[in-house]
Amino acid sequence: MFPTPIERSPRAWQITYQSLLPLALILWLLPLIAVAIFSVKPDADFVNANYWGWPSSFEGFTNYALVFTGSDMPQYLLNSFKITIPTVIGAVALSCMTGFALGVYKFKSNIWIFFMFVAGNFVPFQILMVPVRDLTLQMGLYNTITGLVLFHVAFQTGFCTLFMRNFIRALPFELIEAARVEGIAEWRIFWFVVLPLMKPAIAALSVLIFTFIWNDYFWAVVLTQGVESQPVTAGITSFNAQYRAAYHLMSAGSLVAALPPVAMFFLMQRHFIAGLTLGAVK
Amino acid sequence: MAQASVEGTRQSSWWHRNQQQLTPWLFLAPGILFFLFYVIFPIFQSFNLSLYQWDGLGAAEYVGVSNYEELYWDEAFYTSLKNNVIWLVLYLAAIPAGLFIALFLNQTVTGIRVYKSLFFFPFVISQVVVGLVFTWFYDPTFGILNVVLGSVGLPPMNVLGDENWVTVGIIIAGLWPQTAYCMILYLTGLNAVDPEQIEAGRLDGAKGWRMLWYIIVPQLRPATFIAFVVTIIGALRSFDLISVMTNGGPFGSSRVLSFYMFEVALSEYGFRMGYGASIAVVLFLIMLAFIAYFLWSMYKEEKAR
Repeated sequence: MFPTPIERSPRAWQITYQSLLPLALILWLLPLIAVAIFSVKPDADFVNANYWGWPSSFEGFTNYALVFTGSDMPQYLLNSFKITIPTVIGAVALSCMTGFALGVYKFKSNIWIFFMFVAGNFVPFQILMVPVRDLTLQMGLYNTITGLVLFHVAFQTGFCTLFMRNFIRALPFELIEAARVEGIAEWRIFWFVVLPLMKPAIAALSVLIFTFIWNDYFWAVVLTQGVESQPVTAGITSFNAQYRAAYHLMSAGSLVAALPPVAMFFLMQRHFIAGLTLGAVK
Repeated sequence: MAQASVEGTRQSSWWHRNQQQLTPWLFLAPGILFFLFYVIFPIFQSFNLSLYQWDGLGAAEYVGVSNYEELYWDEAFYTSLKNNVIWLVLYLAAIPAGLFIALFLNQTVTGIRVYKSLFFFPFVISQVVVGLVFTWFYDPTFGILNVVLGSVGLPPMNVLGDENWVTVGIIIAGLWPQTAYCMILYLTGLNAVDPEQIEAGRLDGAKGWRMLWYIIVPQLRPATFIAFVVTIIGALRSFDLISVMTNGGPFGSSRVLSFYMFEVALSEYGFRMGYGASIAVVLFLIMLAFIAYFLWSMYKEEKAR
């Protein structure tokens, strides 16, 4: 099937391929399909050991309603949004500036500052854990959304700078030079020339960082505890402890928790993939 | 009044002369400060902390290298280290697996875009959710794995309760999203493959494996490099899945350094911050070897421009 385009293959092979596709997809997504089916089953199915069979009745509305009314899930979801949105804005804003500085100007330490951001972004979280937790405690921000946001913004700036700088590097430099010849102030070049050209990069980074931060679990556990400030990833695990054998509720809760980044991905697919594959094509 | 305006012109002209030197630093300042404060300094603080005994509350006591000495005799540390190596090796399977799926999906039939994005799905979902789902799959009483094993006449197994299988079981769960990630990288890379080279290869009689190995894979080098970077980093950062699926068990046999460090410093094993920091330092040094290699590759490329 590769690298021959399927249109040039024999008819029989084309039909085989077309029927293999959905089959492969179902196999690949089996874990998700299972959760989706779990989430619409009645409790009785699990009591009667009907785990992997068809639901005996459709209880989707009841289960999902219970997740929203009978649990702390709405609060966790709200927390996740309150953490994720400011982080995205903060990290993207900071990295637009650092990326501009590193991508446009030539100065001696340029590459070393760039490498500091890149290297820092690869660091294992554990080497930061104790000092950052202590720092957050000392600033009185432990167990607050602000504390979590500040750290996320700082850490994500590493990856975002890598991305923004490479993106700006690929822009036509003549535009900036022409603006300079016109005598336009440097900050105005940033604001009126470069920033408008960065829109696709900003979109790509925003969805990507949204997903990263939404799915973060480690820092949520290290810097927060309890319903008032923890995001949905941490919420799901306490949900797990609370409803240990209530698989239908657990599944519904997990799907609700997974939905925002999935929706984000589908809305902004092209940008999302552009962000992930930075550098994969040369 | 006149004085002030003269002053103003002088200032603006000074600014005017130096603005190209100063602007980058003004733009960099907030980002660098934030990053130093939250990322760079904490690394050094952890190095320092690893020489102390500290419960996180009272005064820290300087103990020299005794944390590292204890680490040297700590069996749990070696279990974690061994599991880290297993993670590193097995996780790399995501790269060929991703390439395989990418090749499979690299066609232009109707609806293929939807297929591509649905195949990418696992990566968008939190590892916490992935971990939960795979825990149900592996469950010894009702898991689908045992249903399948039973149907082909094999004895049931308790993957997450078996010291020999637990790490492999968790890695398989991790491979699911990671393969999706590598697949997307390769799909993008395949878009850029030169059709003329394929045609030339075909004229030389290259087919199947030979075509893949000698014509396609060399052109996918940038994608492979990125897949390698993200997979290595992902393997060494593994924490969420272990925490959700086994909490390090059974008997600590699924720990990796990142999880063991967390356990020592923040969980029931007590608040041994200094000891935790020494584990983190070891993990950091392992990662540093890879980071240095990545940066070196990037540096060469920058020079080549």
